[in-house]
Amino acid sequence: MKQFFTFINKEFLHVLRDRKTLLILFGMPVVQILIFGFALTNEVKNSKIVVVDYAKDVASKEIINKIEASRYFEIDHILSGTNELETAFKTGKIKMAVVFPENFNSNLLHQNKAQIQIIADASDPNQATTLTNYASSIIADYQSQMNQLNLAPYRIQPQIKMLYNPQLKGAPNFVPGVMALILMLICVMMTAISIVKEKEMGTMEILLVSPFKSILVILSKAVPYLILSTINVASILLLSFFVLELPIKGNLFLLFSESILFIITCLTLGIFISVKTDSMQTAMLLSLMGMLLPTLLFSGFMFPVENMPIPLQIFSNIVPAKWYYIIVKRIMIEGLGFAAVWKETLILIGTTIFLLFISLKSFKIRMS
Amino acid sequence: MENKVIICKGLTKRFGDFIAVDNITFEVQKGEIFGFLGANGAGKTTAMRMLCGLSKPTSGEANIAGFDVYKETEKIKKNIGYMSQKFSLYDDLTVLENINFFAGIYGLSDAEIKSNSQSLIESLGMQDLADKRVGSLPLGWKQKLAFSTAIIHKPEIVFLDEPTGGVDPLTRRQFWDLIYEASGNGITIFVTTHYMDEAEYCDRVSIMVDGRVEALESPSNLKKQFNVGSMDEVFYHLAREAKRGE
Amino acid sequence: MESVIVKNITKVYGKEKKIAVDHVSFSVSKGELFGLIGPDGAGKTSIFRILTTVLLPDGGEASIDGLDVVKNYKEIRSTIGYMPGKFSLYQDLTIEENLNFFATLFGTTIQENYDLIKDIYIQIEPFKDRRAGKLSGGMKQKLALCCALIHKPNVLFLDEPTTGVDPVSRKEFWEMLKRLKQQNITIIVSTPYMDEANLCDRIALIQGGKILQMDTPQNIIKSYPDSLFAVKANNMHKLLPFLTEYPERKGSYAFGEYAHFSFNGNPDVSALEKYLKEKGLENIEIKNAEVTIEDSFIKLLS
Repeated sequence: MKQFFTFINKEFLHVLRDRKTLLILFGMPVVQILIFGFALTNEVKNSKIVVVDYAKDVASKEIINKIEASRYFEIDHILSGTNELETAFKTGKIKMAVVFPENFNSNLLHQNKAQIQIIADASDPNQATTLTNYASSIIADYQSQMNQLNLAPYRIQPQIKMLYNPQLKGAPNFVPGVMALILMLICVMMTAISIVKEKEMGTMEILLVSPFKSILVILSKAVPYLILSTINVASILLLSFFVLELPIKGNLFLLFSESILFIITCLTLGIFISVKTDSMQTAMLLSLMGMLLPTLLFSGFMFPVENMPIPLQIFSNIVPAKWYYIIVKRIMIEGLGFAAVWKETLILIGTTIFLLFISLKSFKIRMS
Repeated sequence: MENKVIICKGLTKRFGDFIAVDNITFEVQKGEIFGFLGANGAGKTTAMRMLCGLSKPTSGEANIAGFDVYKETEKIKKNIGYMSQKFSLYDDLTVLENINFFAGIYGLSDAEIKSNSQSLIESLGMQDLADKRVGSLPLGWKQKLAFSTAIIHKPEIVFLDEPTGGVDPLTRRQFWDLIYEASGNGITIFVTTHYMDEAEYCDRVSIMVDGRVEALESPSNLKKQFNVGSMDEVFYHLAREAKRGE
Repeated sequence: MESVIVKNITKVYGKEKKIAVDHVSFSVSKGELFGLIGPDGAGKTSIFRILTTVLLPDGGEASIDGLDVVKNYKEIRSTIGYMPGKFSLYQDLTIEENLNFFATLFGTTIQENYDLIKDIYIQIEPFKDRRAGKLSGGMKQKLALCCALIHKPNVLFLDEPTTGVDPVSRKEFWEMLKRLKQQNITIIVSTPYMDEANLCDRIALIQGGKILQMDTPQNIIKSYPDSLFAVKANNMHKLLPFLTEYPERKGSYAFGEYAHFSFNGNPDVSALEKYLKEKGLENIEIKNAEVTIEDSFIKLLS
């Protein structure tokens, strides 16, 4: 037993002395959460806009009020003419302008047709599209109200379709995804590399020749990463709770237990790779291409699995991250209990046992 | 002047406070087999890099094949060949592909490449092996091929970095036969090594200790000078006082 | 008492059935320093791996202190010390951490067997907090030897311990081995350097997976059949081909600053000198040469 602890201690020294790995280990979760949380979000809140109202009638007032009321826009100020628009945009604060022409309401009532000009700052095209979409939908909303009053039967209704969830909220989807991704990366790749490194350095030969049980060599490699990954899970949850203001609806203990189960699954996967490969390069490529890519593609975190062709949907079932992603989503976001995730839990346990079994089977106490 | 292909005067290289190569001075004649010896960390590699034009000296002068190491590094590179024990040929290319590749790097014309590689393969007696991958050849063959490839562009000087480690004595003899032949053809051979066996074959050797050249003589004169039977003992006498490790 | 017994072991690799070890047999007595001398690819490492139980032989059998290398591998693993050729320690651990780690691995402590490694360890102890990656080649080698000795093994296997090490460290290393021998530890060492053969009690010259000759270095040299001459002239690259063309030649090859030469039949030195003079060589020197292991090896190969 003392040998086992000495070994684990040595593994910790390896990890702690390698500053770059350490930085990746603990920096990556923070960076990923922040990137996904802020930079990549599709959500647009309180964008500043200006309004030029030449009409100053009932309809324009009503639409302005609606825009004002939405949480997407904040009317910075109202301009008296379009000649001031350019300066307003150049300050950079203004993202969009809405211009009502003269006789807006009367046009609408008498000609059944009116125009509103929406000008957006397209230096960020994605944001511009999102904003104009919001604005159009607000206008459409007003139109349908008018239609219901049946004041004018020939209105043109703009067709706006939202491809993503109407709230456009990002955080709930990506936090479980980032958790799956990071655990996969750390546990699979780092374990595999650290074991294969011993083979490459020639130290594995000595370890084999020593009376220390060879299988313990491998298990003791997994322990430090189990601990470090658990710390990572905690830090991701803390970050998402305090920084992204995402509450954990379900049972925290259950969430942690499931995470540790997934970590163990990943560790056995890492061990399996290390047993099968002899060079760090191969181990790294295999973990990246064979594990990370499927996690990104098939866990349902980036691309909805339901929309994939049937063969790919079937394939997605062997990606452990998919099940973990479902588990975390159910517990953390939907607030469900163990009853809702027992099936997925069983699948993960099964995978782990299977991987452990074949790794132990193919682990050699000798060289070939 | 025309007979000296390496002229080195007070050559020095500093890295911060550390003097890797400390004021070394020597000359090498055309066609000479010159052994450049020293323990790990004595400054051999740094000195050789300067002579090959890969590293700029801090001070001192050096002239390689008539070119200045400060200003004419590109011309130096065209006139030297290089072979190291660690890397010399691509294992996954065939014998002929390797020869053509290295001949190509040195800017030989297609006609020259064709005739040179033909004669090289014939002189080594490797006609049957030309289309074999280099990785499948025995170590001895690889070394001979690597050496021949390093001089395919007929350089003035060829630098050899521990060329014959790990081969059997008979294969090593065949390798040295090639070296003698090249030296007979006027190619200067500059061998760095810390195996004194290899040193015994050189016309003259220099021994570096802690960045300085501590001895510069023929092996037989050095053995006389230290009154010992082998270069190994000469080296031991000089290097055991070394302060520097790696 | 025989410490290591090897009988007809054979090892074949891969689909091409490349024979790495070809019916090799030898035995090493307790406390003996035995050398396997041969170039890269001769089969030295395969033999070491079979004896240290990390590789299964395809034929033959071997035992260490009466324990079979296949059946009793577990017992053997705690009684031998092994320094593989590739072994490079843990670069990111200090000297002391490395040593401590290997001590615990073998279920012992540094203190318990300190007297065994003391001579070697005191040379590197001043740097015990330095990481192994920052050590010089000679110091790394000393540390590796300490790690292999820390559990007081009965048999020590050293696979090419002096490859890539400068002459000063090599000399020191062999002196350490001589002292270890006095502790009654059996040592099997491999090397591609012929000049190290003289430092062993007994050697096996090995090439292509086969043992060419096995005896004490002195006996091997004594059994050299021809009288050997050292020849020197002003121009080495001309001398060698002229010697090869000499009608009465049995063998000739470069040997350091001389060429070694043996005659077919009775040696006639003056005739050879005359021949070389006629060829235009000057400063000719011909003398009796001392036979070395390298000459014996060349003889066996040709």
